[in-house]
Amino acid sequence: MSNLTKEQAEALIAEVLEVYPEKAKKDRTKHLAVNDQSIEQSKKCITSNRKSLPGVMTIRGCAYAGSKGVVWGPIKDMIHISHGPVGCGQYSRAGRRNYYVGMTGVNTFGTMNFTSDFQEKDIVFGGDKKLAKLIGEIEGLFPLNKGISVQSECPIGLIGDDIEAVSKKAAVEFDKPVVPVRCEGFRGVSQSLGHHIANDAIRDWVFGRDGKDIKQEFVPGPYDVSIIGDYNIGGDAWSSRILLEEMGLRVVAQWSGDGTLAEIELTPKVKLNLIHCYRSMNYIARHMEEKYNIPWIEYNFFGPTKIAESLRAIASHFDDKIKAGAEAVIAKYQPMVDAIVAKYKTRLEGKRVMLYVGGLRPRHVIGSYEDLGMEVVGTGYEFGHNDDYDRTIKEMGNATLLYDDVTGFEFEEFVKRVKPDLIGSGIKEKYIFQKMGVPFRQMHSWDYSGPYHGYDGFAIFARDMDMTINNPCWKKMEAPWLKKPEVAEEMAKAA
Amino acid sequence: MALRQCAIYGKGGIGKSTTTQNLVAGLAELGKKVMIVGCDPKADSTRLILHAKAQNSIMEMAANAGSVEDLELEDVMKVGYRDIKCVESGGPEPGVGCAGRGVITAINFLEEEGAYEEDLDFVFYDVLGDVVCGGFAMPIRENKAQEIYIVCSGEMMAMYAANNIAKGIVKYANSGGVRLAGLICNSRNTAREDELIMELARQLGTTMIHFVPRDNVVQRAEIRRMTVIEYEPTAKQAQEYRDLAGKIINNKNFVIPTPITMDELEELLMGFGIMEAEDESIVGKTAAEEAVAAAA
Repeated sequence: MSNLTKEQAEALIAEVLEVYPEKAKKDRTKHLAVNDQSIEQSKKCITSNRKSLPGVMTIRGCAYAGSKGVVWGPIKDMIHISHGPVGCGQYSRAGRRNYYVGMTGVNTFGTMNFTSDFQEKDIVFGGDKKLAKLIGEIEGLFPLNKGISVQSECPIGLIGDDIEAVSKKAAVEFDKPVVPVRCEGFRGVSQSLGHHIANDAIRDWVFGRDGKDIKQEFVPGPYDVSIIGDYNIGGDAWSSRILLEEMGLRVVAQWSGDGTLAEIELTPKVKLNLIHCYRSMNYIARHMEEKYNIPWIEYNFFGPTKIAESLRAIASHFDDKIKAGAEAVIAKYQPMVDAIVAKYKTRLEGKRVMLYVGGLRPRHVIGSYEDLGMEVVGTGYEFGHNDDYDRTIKEMGNATLLYDDVTGFEFEEFVKRVKPDLIGSGIKEKYIFQKMGVPFRQMHSWDYSGPYHGYDGFAIFARDMDMTINNPCWKKMEAPWLKKPEVAEEMAKAA
Repeated sequence: MALRQCAIYGKGGIGKSTTTQNLVAGLAELGKKVMIVGCDPKADSTRLILHAKAQNSIMEMAANAGSVEDLELEDVMKVGYRDIKCVESGGPEPGVGCAGRGVITAINFLEEEGAYEEDLDFVFYDVLGDVVCGGFAMPIRENKAQEIYIVCSGEMMAMYAANNIAKGIVKYANSGGVRLAGLICNSRNTAREDELIMELARQLGTTMIHFVPRDNVVQRAEIRRMTVIEYEPTAKQAQEYRDLAGKIINNKNFVIPTPITMDELEELLMGFGIMEAEDESIVGKTAAEEAVAAAA
């Protein structure tokens, strides 16, 4: 099926909305739009970061997921307590495949689950004493932890526990940061508020900490940068970091994939903050700009076109040595890029993709598809804000679909009509679309593959998309008895 | 006789616990089998029956034992004056945790353990003054108390609270069988108090089931951690509580209340001279401004 015209896309949205009751239709209309590159501000065409509609299947997470699962969880040498009943911690255990180097249970703790396992009596009598005891036990059992964060689950906010008081006392007693994070799941409309709360907690309880300060021993250099908003999913931050180092920069900190508390503490000393996931960490970048006068830029390491653009943009903040370094890096990897494109483009050219991911990838991965000759014909964010859509309009073609906080129903209907060759979304969507016979990649976890960042990641990305779209299984979707009569006869004879 | 479950609500400090225990003593005297369930973290709903300071509560014992599943009914239920069964839900000290959840947990425990299956005529829930959250509304939800008695007096805030509690009953009356069964006036010796409460009761669609006069014998008994009926059975006040108990036994007047508006309540209070008519001209004027106005 050819791409939709603007009129067809608008008609499709209207048709999908038709089944809703009047009030629901009015609400959802604002979240669905046909892209028009001439629009400067997304608020003219789409509404985002609003409460999901009761009764529809939303794909969003909660504030706790945003704080524990995204921002804090990957900081590997801290212990993150899931404070409340056991489920939140256990179901978010091991995070999002945030790879790290270290000896788990000794000096790193990323895949472990620490929880206060609230019982009825903790709700009734309050959980502060239990929290204090738990922190004491952690100190006894895992003395090499560099700090502790307390990730609040819903009941903490409901019963009004004073986790700040417990944290302050423990921080003095053990002489390390103990950070209370008020990321109760009921706060806000999605995980997005959890990111913000987590950023603020770093600002107030790590940057703002009195006491022993690693910064005194640190010798700053002229080429110090930090990677902010790379969670090292499947090793993403590693394949990004090498490029920055090869061009001559010194990466002081990774936020927060394979990151350490010391790196977080040192970040206010860098010359430039590099923001990959804008949605989840722009807050701390803005804070460092105001407080420490550190500029920040957004970059995109998905696909060679965006990587080259980004390397040059980063280099423009430094001297000629770094600028030459960027060009050298781009030149060095060009043969590799050419080989990847030569191998996969013929197999993927013209394939059409629909995306629905979190807060960054709905726009950031578009370039890597385009580098392989593919086209993204629909995209949307679970928890993006309008500044994300502002940045998306330019990346998407005219008359493509934009869908914010898409409902299960809407997504399925769009797919039925647009008939993409590939869908990139999450685990909850995967099996629905595969059963509909549409090739699918998980774009939160890279479907247990990765990395997808950097040149090395692009090679894996191209391979993964090819093996998904061109998998022979998609030709076997039709049941034999539904095929042409002669085929069925042949099969009957063979049997 | 089928089990009747009653809950006593009312403004804090109005005398709910004292009234409940005295009237329960009256019921017991008449041969009724009664259980009191205290739904207040203070756990002082059974002390006059048990002659105790404060009974060990379900939540307190559950916290010590590990969880509420580790408790047995006989651990938490005490038997006092004339075989009245006593249970306290208990809860946290002020300022921590969730007392409302404690009430829910405790009542669920009593149900699961079959506390209501015994040969009982009455259960009385004595509930903390302000129904601040869902937990304290637990006793009036489905399959719990069907009859609500509101203790009040002729003071403005007590009547205001009574009206608010009536609003709460309306909310649950539509989904369950809970009904307002009457106002108990625990006298503070204000002027025309009986008429005032009778009028409030009329407006709420119910009756003042009994007027309990003020009598110092209640305090004398209380110092001895006893009900009046036990301490001085011949006292006039003992007969008042017996009358109240008798009226409750024979009470058939269960209604969905008709709460009144704030304006109607104020009108009622003004009618009885408890409240002055508002002078709109003085609202927001400081003393200094008034002095200037007076001088002019």
